[in-house]
Amino acid sequence: MRREVRFSGFGGQGIILSVVTLGRAAALYDGKYAVQTQVYGPEARGGASMAQVIIDDAPILFPEVTDPDIFVIMSQQGFEKYGVHASKDAIMLVDSGLVHSRPDCRACEIPATAEAKATLGREIVANIVMLGALVASTGVVSRDAIEKAVLDSVPKGTEELNRKALMRGFELGEEACKL
Amino acid sequence: MSRIEFMQGNTASAEGALAAGCRFFGCYPITPSTEIAEHMARKLPKAGGTFIPMEDEIGSIASVIGAAWTGARAMTATSGPGFSLMMENLGYAVMTETPLVVVNIQRGGPSTGQPTRAAQGDMMQCRFGSHGDMATIAITPNSVQEMFDLTAKAFNLADRYRVPTFVMSDEIIGHMRERIVIPDSVETVSRPPLAEGELPFAAGDDGIPGFAPFGTGRHVHVTGLTHDERGYPDTTDAEAHDALVRRLYRKVESARREMADYEVTNPDAESVFVTYGPPSRTVQQLLHDRQDEGVGHLRLRVVWPFPEFALQEFADAKVFLMPELNMGQMAREVERHVDQPVIPIPKLGGELHTPAELASVLEAHR
Repeated sequence: MRREVRFSGFGGQGIILSVVTLGRAAALYDGKYAVQTQVYGPEARGGASMAQVIIDDAPILFPEVTDPDIFVIMSQQGFEKYGVHASKDAIMLVDSGLVHSRPDCRACEIPATAEAKATLGREIVANIVMLGALVASTGVVSRDAIEKAVLDSVPKGTEELNRKALMRGFELGEEACKL
Repeated sequence: MSRIEFMQGNTASAEGALAAGCRFFGCYPITPSTEIAEHMARKLPKAGGTFIPMEDEIGSIASVIGAAWTGARAMTATSGPGFSLMMENLGYAVMTETPLVVVNIQRGGPSTGQPTRAAQGDMMQCRFGSHGDMATIAITPNSVQEMFDLTAKAFNLADRYRVPTFVMSDEIIGHMRERIVIPDSVETVSRPPLAEGELPFAAGDDGIPGFAPFGTGRHVHVTGLTHDERGYPDTTDAEAHDALVRRLYRKVESARREMADYEVTNPDAESVFVTYGPPSRTVQQLLHDRQDEGVGHLRLRVVWPFPEFALQEFADAKVFLMPELNMGQMAREVERHVDQPVIPIPKLGGELHTPAELASVLEAHR
């Protein structure tokens, strides 16, 4: 089944890296197909960032996202620019401390940035918390695959921090959006 | 052991070049092709090659031509504005039969246009962009895997026919990431060597002279002027010019069957899409969703020299539909070869046609 995932936030949060990691998990560790794209333009750090990935069991022909099933929104501007038109049957994970709007579709509140700071001591892993919550709530890739892909993608020496962030994300996802 | 990666198209193109033995990259980085230069800057020196940023695109293609004459497999990567600047020297490469590869990650034009958005607006330029009559080779990937495979293949075509070869990709394929299998090695062909006693621009029946790199003692004279078989200028003899230009043209055009690389779907169809590059993926989606044998698809991987015989495979075709990310450049070429109507479906601005858009054009012409 074709699933389209869109991440948005601000430049510097690791939005693109998160989506590349998700695509990597699907394509390299779950034996699925993935096509990852991102908005590409003269944006600056702090501006809205958006990246998407299509994941399917079958080869992906049309490579552009038309109507995402799953949103992960990590900034208010990201919501306004890339989340506000979410279709009604989509599911949206919002970083509840950073996004004050809520969509018409089902929303899951994940306090990723606050949690990253409070429990893990580093805000920078908020995107990995979100990835964990996404995987726990949607099963778009397996937990094993996302863990391997995260460990592939993060700088050496930060593996344990990122693993903890991912596990905390799994827990938050389970609590906030039971399907 | 081959390795599997989740990789961006531009990076895959650079990897394909490295696998093919490319050992020289001269460049003037330009959006949206820059990742190719970045990857080559990191990898090429470790592979024993040379990476050199030049002062502009005129210099970068000149450096590639010089490197090719030392015997190296050489390339550059660029986009529209840089491609325009390269045109004069690309004509020189055609006239001097210099094998080289240019990857053009096409963006919206004319002029600086849309630096970060995809287009296919340079399809005529890669064929007719320099002055004078010339024939070139152009190939058009539609996936990250093909960015690797077809960049590697481009070196073989360039070396086999001694002609500049263009990988005409675009921002969509250049920047998407997909799974890719990188093989241990790729098939490579060598330039035909210049035999002892042969003149450096004398060619046999295939029209392709043997190649003697600089520094091997053959003292080849290389000029953009009309030249004789020794390589010396002969600029006023009508017959010499006629013979040279016809040979440069014929060596590519007469090999279009052996170079042909295309996919045919539903050859009995009456409505036939003809595509190259990323619009092919929209058509593949449309055909997959409809399961309608009345709709055919010809997907070209080698666009120049144009394989007009591929169109004849659709014997029952009543209409050819051509979605392109331009105003209908290759549609004009198809029109030249068929009696049926050819419907251009231009899309400008950087996004692909959606399957629904193509479905509505299809219905309007059935």
